[in-house]
Amino acid sequence: MGAKRIVIIGNGISGITTARNVRKRNAEAQIVVVSSETKYFFSRTALMYAYMGHMKKEHMKPYEDGFWAKNRIELCFAHVNSIDFEEQKLNFSNGKQTNYDKLVLALGSTPNKFGWPGQDLKGVQGLYSFNDLESMEENTVGIKKAVIVGGGLIGVEMAEMLRSRKIEVDFLVREKRFWGNVLPIEEGKLIQRHINEHHVNLLLETNLEEIISDENGRVRAVKTDTHGEIECQFVGLTAGVSPNIKFLKDSELETDRGILVNEFLETNQPNVYALGDCAQFKTAPKGRRNIEQVWYTGRMMGEVLAKTLTGSKTEYKPGNWFNSAKFFDIEYQTYGTVTANLEEGHSQFYWEHNNGKIGIKFVFDSDSRRFIGINTFGVRMRHELFDKWLTQGQSIDFIMEHLEDANFDPELYKSYGTEILKSYNSEFNKNIKIKKKSWSRIFS
Amino acid sequence: MSLASNQNLNTLGVPIGLGLSFVGLVILALSWMGIALPSILLWVCLVALLFGMMVFGVSTYAGETEGIKNNGIWHKSLTNKGMLAWVSGVVITGFYVELYWFPELLGLSAEGANTGLIAFFDPLSFALKGSAASQWFVYGTLYTIAIVGLGVKFIVKYRHNRYQFWRTLSVMVAQLFLAYFIPEIMEGMYQEQPYFAKDLKYFWPLNYYFFEDWHINNMTSEAGGSMGMFYLVWGIVGFTTLTPIITYFVGKRWYCSWVCGCGGLAETAGDPFRHLSDKSIKSWKLERWLIHGVLLYIVVVTAVVLYGYFSGQGSFMGMDIYTYFRKPYAFLIGAAFSGVVGVGFYPLLGNRVWCRFGCPMAAYMGIVQRFKSRFRITTNGGQCISCGNCSTYCEQGIDVRSYAQKGQNIVRASCVGCGVCSAVCPRGVLKLENGPEENRVSDNPILIGHEQTKLNSDVI
Repeated sequence: MGAKRIVIIGNGISGITTARNVRKRNAEAQIVVVSSETKYFFSRTALMYAYMGHMKKEHMKPYEDGFWAKNRIELCFAHVNSIDFEEQKLNFSNGKQTNYDKLVLALGSTPNKFGWPGQDLKGVQGLYSFNDLESMEENTVGIKKAVIVGGGLIGVEMAEMLRSRKIEVDFLVREKRFWGNVLPIEEGKLIQRHINEHHVNLLLETNLEEIISDENGRVRAVKTDTHGEIECQFVGLTAGVSPNIKFLKDSELETDRGILVNEFLETNQPNVYALGDCAQFKTAPKGRRNIEQVWYTGRMMGEVLAKTLTGSKTEYKPGNWFNSAKFFDIEYQTYGTVTANLEEGHSQFYWEHNNGKIGIKFVFDSDSRRFIGINTFGVRMRHELFDKWLTQGQSIDFIMEHLEDANFDPELYKSYGTEILKSYNSEFNKNIKIKKKSWSRIFS
Repeated sequence: MSLASNQNLNTLGVPIGLGLSFVGLVILALSWMGIALPSILLWVCLVALLFGMMVFGVSTYAGETEGIKNNGIWHKSLTNKGMLAWVSGVVITGFYVELYWFPELLGLSAEGANTGLIAFFDPLSFALKGSAASQWFVYGTLYTIAIVGLGVKFIVKYRHNRYQFWRTLSVMVAQLFLAYFIPEIMEGMYQEQPYFAKDLKYFWPLNYYFFEDWHINNMTSEAGGSMGMFYLVWGIVGFTTLTPIITYFVGKRWYCSWVCGCGGLAETAGDPFRHLSDKSIKSWKLERWLIHGVLLYIVVVTAVVLYGYFSGQGSFMGMDIYTYFRKPYAFLIGAAFSGVVGVGFYPLLGNRVWCRFGCPMAAYMGIVQRFKSRFRITTNGGQCISCGNCSTYCEQGIDVRSYAQKGQNIVRASCVGCGVCSAVCPRGVLKLENGPEENRVSDNPILIGHEQTKLNSDVI
C-alpha cells in the first residue's frame, strides 16, 4: 500500500493542526495543504496586532518558512473552485487538478452580512482574513470616523484597532448590553465601562438600517433606528461569522449552516472530513453548540482528526469548556460554564475590585454546591487546576479555599484572595479560610 | 475633568520633556566638539537631561489607560530601523569608538589638564570625589542618567504591572548607588588607595580584569587595606557561590534584569528596541556558539593571567600575556562587543545583543538556569492562541510562542526574566515563577482541552 495522499483545504489553525499531527504520527503520508488566503500559516488572532503596529505581518507566522519543507508538508497556494467527490479530485481556479485519498475541509468562516443596503460599499468590511487586514489598512487611511456593527469579540478588537489610530468609533450593539448573549450583566457592565473609558461611543439597542454611499461608491454614513444618520468613512461588520461553504452549496456534500459531520468529523462523502469553523455537528457534543468558531476548538478537532486519519479512529469529545479574550486592557478568562443568564438551580457569587476593572464570577449548583464555572476579568487563573477541579466536581467552597493555588497573575501582584473570601463568607454565611499557595497541590 | 488635564499633560509634557532633553544633548554636543563652556552649563545640562527624560516619560503614558503601550511601534522610524534609528545608532557608536579608542577626541590629555567633554564634567567629579573627571566618569554619569531618566518612563509605561515596577526600581537603584555614587564617593574618600573595582555586583567573568595582576595587587596592596581584601573575597565568593545559588532559586534574572548595569540600560533606554531581536533558529544557533565561546575565551584568558600571577612569568608558552591574552580580550569583548556593538547597535539589532550573544556572566548563569534551577516560565494549559506578542517582544530573541502553543514551559538558558512576554500576552498564558524542579521541563506537553487526545510534541 502506497503512502496516503491527504489533502487539506484551509491553512488556519484547524487545517494546520491536522497536518502537523498527521505528520507527528505518520512519517509516510503525503500531506498537502491548499490555501488561497496566504501561502504560509499565520495566526488569525494576531491580525489586530499587525494593524496596530505591535507586530509586523511576518511575526504572525508561528513557524519559520522552512518548517513545512522540513516536515514534508506541501503548501499549495491556490484556490479550489470545486470538488469532484466521485473521482476524489479538486479543481483549481487556474484549471489544474489534484487528487486525494483523504480530503480535509478546514474552510473557516466569513463575516456575516445580513443583507443591509449598502453592505458592499467601499469602506465596509469585516475582519477575519489576511485580505481583510490589508483592506482595513487601505480603507482607514486618513479617515476620522468609523462605525462598528455587532457587539462581540471581533467588534471590540476592531474598536481597539481603530482607536490605536485615533479614529473616532461608534459601536452599534443590537442587544441591551455588550456581548449580551455570553456575558452576565455584571461582567457586561464592567467591560462597557472600560470600552467607554477608551472613548468608544457604545450605542446599545441600536440597529443598522442602511449604509449610505457618497458619490464615489464609498460609505458616507450609516442610518440607524435609534440615532438616525451617523456620518462615517468606515463601517466594520462584526455581527458574527458563518461557515465559509458557499462553493459547496450545490454539491453532493451535505450541508446546513455548516458542513454536516458526525462525532468523527466525517461528512456524508467517503474519505471527506470537515472541522473547525466550517463544521456543523449533526449531534452537538454534550453541553456544546453544534458550531463552535473558536481557536481552541479548531485546534482540538485537528488533534482528533489527525488520529483518525492515521489509523486510530477517535471521537471528538471536547473536555471542560475554556476560553479567553482581551477587551482593550482587560483580560478575560473563563473555565467551565457561565451563562449570560443564571440557569435555574444555579447560584452565583460575584466579586469586583473597587477600581471597577477586576471582577470574578463564580457559578455553582445551588443544592450540591458543585462548582460549575468561572469568569475572570483582570485576573489570571491556572487552566490546569480549574480543568482538574471541574472534572473532579469540586465544590464552590473548595474552589474558594484554593484560590491562591489557582492564581496565575505575575509575581509580586497583589493577591485578592483574602478580600474575595471575606466577601464570599459574608454573602453565604460561611467561615472558609483561604489556604496558602502549595506547589504540591498544584502539581498533584 | 481629569481626562482633559491628562490630555494637556500629554500635549504639553511631551514637547517640554523632549525640549529639555534636547537642550541637554545640545550642550553635550557643543562640549564634545571641544567648545569650552561655563561650568553652570554642566548643571543645566544634567538637570535638563534627567528631568527632560522623566517629563517625557511620564507625559507620554500618563494620559492613557493602564495597559500595554505598543501601538505603532513598528510604524515609527526610531523603533523600526528607519532614518532616526540609523542616525542614533551612528551617534552612539561614534561615542563608544571615541570613548574606548580615541579618548583624546573627548578631551583626554596625556599631559596637563583635560579639555572638551571630559573637562566639562570636572565640577561634578570634584564635587563627588575631589578629583578631575576621566572619560569613564563622563560615561558613568551619562549612563546613570539614562537608566534613571528612562527607568521612570518604563515604570510609567508598565505601571499596571508590579513585577515590572519593582524590577525597574531595582535596576535604577543598583545603578545609581552600587555602580555610581558609592564607588565614586569611595574613590574620593580613599584617594590613597590604588584603583580597584568597587561595584559590589560587578563579578568575574563580566568584570574580566578582576584576576589581572594589577587588579589583584591593588586589592591586596597595603594601601588597599582591609577594604581591598574585602573586595577580593567578595568578588570570589560572588562568582563561585552567590551567583549559582541565587540563580538556582530564582533564575539568572536576579542579575540580568534586576541589578546588572548592562541589563539596566537595556531595560530602560533600550526598551523601545526590544522587539528588534532576531527570533530565527539560525540566530539561536549563533547565540549558543558565540556566548559560550566568549565564556570559554575569558576562562582561558583568566587561567593564563593567573598562571602569570602565581608563576611571576610575563608570558605563557612564549606568548606575552598582555599582548596575546589580556589586550585582545579587552579590545574585542570588553570594548567592541559589549560597548560598541552592544549599545551602539540598540536601534538596529535590539537592546540585548551583548547580553544574548556575548556576556560570559550571562552564559555562566544560563548554564545553571537551564540545568539546575527552580525558575521557569509556566505556560497556562491550552490558553495560547499563537498570536506571537511574546516572541515579538522577547528581547533575547526567544521564540516564546513555539513553546507556549505546545503547552510547554519555557526553560531557556538565555531568558533574563524581564517578564515582558508575560505582560504582553493577551490571554494570560505566561507566568515567570520559581517552583519545584520536577515538572519544570515538559518534554511531552499535553494541550489541555480534549478528553482523549494526550498528544506529545516530540516530533514537531
